[in-house]
Amino acid sequence: MASQISLLMENQPGALSRVIGLFSQRGYNIDSLSVAPTQDPTLSRLTMTTSESTEVIQQILKQLYKLIDVVMVQDLKASESISLEMALIKVLNKSEVISKIEKNYSSLEFNELDNKDEKTILRLIGDTDNLESLLVELEDDLIEVTRTGALGMTLGNVSLETEEETKVIY
Amino acid sequence: MSTNLINGGGALIRALADENIDLIFGYPGGAALHIYDAIYQQNEVQHILVRHEQAAVHAADGYARATGKPGVALVTSGPGATNAITGIATAYMDSIPVVVISGQVASHLIGSDAFQETDMMGISRPIVKHSFLVQSAEEIPVVIKKAFHIATSGRPGPVVIDVPKNMTDPNYKFDYKYPKDLVMRSFPILGKGDDEKIAAAIELFRSSKKPVIYSGGGTIQADASKELTEFSKLIGCPVTNTLMGLGAFPGNDDQFIGMLGMHGTYEANMVMSEADLIFNVGARFDDRITNNPSKFGLAAKKIHIDSDPSSIDKIIGVDLAIEGDAKLVMQQLIEQVKASGFDQAIYKDWWSKVEVWRKAHGLNHDMLNLKNEQNIILPQQVIQSLYQTTKGDAYVTSDVGQHQMFAAQYYKFKDPRKWINSGGLGTMGFGLPSAMGVKFAFPEADVACVTGEGSIQMCIQELSTCGQYGLPIKIINLNNRALGMVKQWQDMQYGGRYSSISYEDSLPDFVKLAESFGHVGIKVDKLSELNDAMKESFAMKDKLVFLDVLVDPDEHVYPMLEAGGSMSEMRLSKDKKTF
Repeated sequence: MASQISLLMENQPGALSRVIGLFSQRGYNIDSLSVAPTQDPTLSRLTMTTSESTEVIQQILKQLYKLIDVVMVQDLKASESISLEMALIKVLNKSEVISKIEKNYSSLEFNELDNKDEKTILRLIGDTDNLESLLVELEDDLIEVTRTGALGMTLGNVSLETEEETKVIY
Repeated sequence: MSTNLINGGGALIRALADENIDLIFGYPGGAALHIYDAIYQQNEVQHILVRHEQAAVHAADGYARATGKPGVALVTSGPGATNAITGIATAYMDSIPVVVISGQVASHLIGSDAFQETDMMGISRPIVKHSFLVQSAEEIPVVIKKAFHIATSGRPGPVVIDVPKNMTDPNYKFDYKYPKDLVMRSFPILGKGDDEKIAAAIELFRSSKKPVIYSGGGTIQADASKELTEFSKLIGCPVTNTLMGLGAFPGNDDQFIGMLGMHGTYEANMVMSEADLIFNVGARFDDRITNNPSKFGLAAKKIHIDSDPSSIDKIIGVDLAIEGDAKLVMQQLIEQVKASGFDQAIYKDWWSKVEVWRKAHGLNHDMLNLKNEQNIILPQQVIQSLYQTTKGDAYVTSDVGQHQMFAAQYYKFKDPRKWINSGGLGTMGFGLPSAMGVKFAFPEADVACVTGEGSIQMCIQELSTCGQYGLPIKIINLNNRALGMVKQWQDMQYGGRYSSISYEDSLPDFVKLAESFGHVGIKVDKLSELNDAMKESFAMKDKLVFLDVLVDPDEHVYPMLEAGGSMSEMRLSKDKKTF
């Protein structure tokens, strides 16, 4: 099963490359990645999916936390969490595609966003596994696909928050 | 107010002074010229001009290892920065606090393939603890403060500050203020260990019959050698140090069983493989220690004390992990052991076994008395002569290869921070420049660079720097006319096919070479002359002496762990092995 890591990092140049570097220099693959600033514009939040083993993930979590630019790290699968992603797909035969979605993928939300040149852009939201099997089924119908990668968040009281600031006084 | 107006270059140097840095090693160039102009206009920070940027970083590194204070190197952009990379990687692998300031092309030129432009942030990223690209002149003092804090705290490591030329523009002035404090989000620095775990560790000692204390470079970095020694004395079990940890526990103490690992002593490796408790403080279960991890310490419970949680359970899973500063954790251990008392007699049987191993195949520390008809010098004898002459008190730097292992095995380091070598990266060329850093830090101390004729040629240009600044280092060149360690492997694993290891006909005359730089050169090729030459070298207090010792070219380093085996599978000599 894929692991999902969520982390907060400084929203500044170079921070993302340090995170990515931990994976690339060890030859680990990142299946999906999503990054954007949070309610605090100085922090970015990143969600990453990888299919590396649990031992590897434990080591990676520690290595990530060690990075100066990384403020907090969380293994989303270690507690109850939700995970979903969004995809935009462009198709020609809108009605066929919609009927396939309605028939087999009722858990996926979808909206029609545009229909220029009789090519329809649909927005799909749902969990990654469902989305991926739908995309396989639609393979011949798809003109293009773009996905956000998974976003995740833990439930209830467990949250990814910054610890108290470390103040260093000389 | 006006007195504090300063430009970026001036601010950078002033901030170094405010960090109590009085010495930096470097090499000027276009992108760093504003900074060099600022250096010229002050006298708090002395700049040492090296002959190659790699040497600047190694010198800063040697200074840091010997003093425990951060070392600083200053280089220009492009080739200056890339030449520094080997030095940075060396410091990174051994967790040494070094701050490297690199010039960079002006910020509006970055990305345009400008003259002497290279992406230093990108190139150095995997080998730094952290790095900064200066974004404004005003932030220079804060960046410097953060850099030193990060380099020296927790598990230390190198920090790069890349400074675009326009950030040090002499005509742009601002109000200089060095920050008193720093706010960094979630940069945890571990302190004391968990008291319950401390108690559990002591319980493990009480219930063990065959424990070993295995200490690494982290103990030295944490300045915890005194505590390690005191704790070891309270417990009374065998103590072994890694290559990086030599000197943390006195090498001349009977409780010390020598270095462990690839070229560790027979007794240390046997103790590790038969122990029922391995107590690791500040070491990282490196592959040169464990040999095959799946055959490592199978009978042993394992305790691991480390200030870097990511080192724990990385290679070897442990039963008890104590995250914390080694010095504080050892103090806690000492306190608890003292409070409850400890009966060392429980290890009596263990010690009798250890002594049998030590007697059977321990290192011969009396090899100077071995004679041979040809009067050939063995490399081990050179180290023993060095040890005798300096009474075990010298700072010894080394390069990489056989000479490094002989020095580690036969120079019985009594104190921490006196054995300076590139253990992790294994950087040939490290020895001479790092010795310069040590000599600047301790001008009165004996500083020896144990090297080989291969390694010394990698940074030999620094003989010129030594001449310029009058650094009376003693270079002990174990000259076997070949790349000895490579040759050893080719002997053992490649049927003696010596691929690209010799250059005998083209070796320089090291005596003349040293003399051409204004130093003294002495060549020795007879055992009967070795001790006198060694004494003569150290008697010349104000001269760099290049002691070129022609040693037996066929000697191998033993013991040697057999690749893929356990720690008890060793070759003990060319024709004797334990497996």
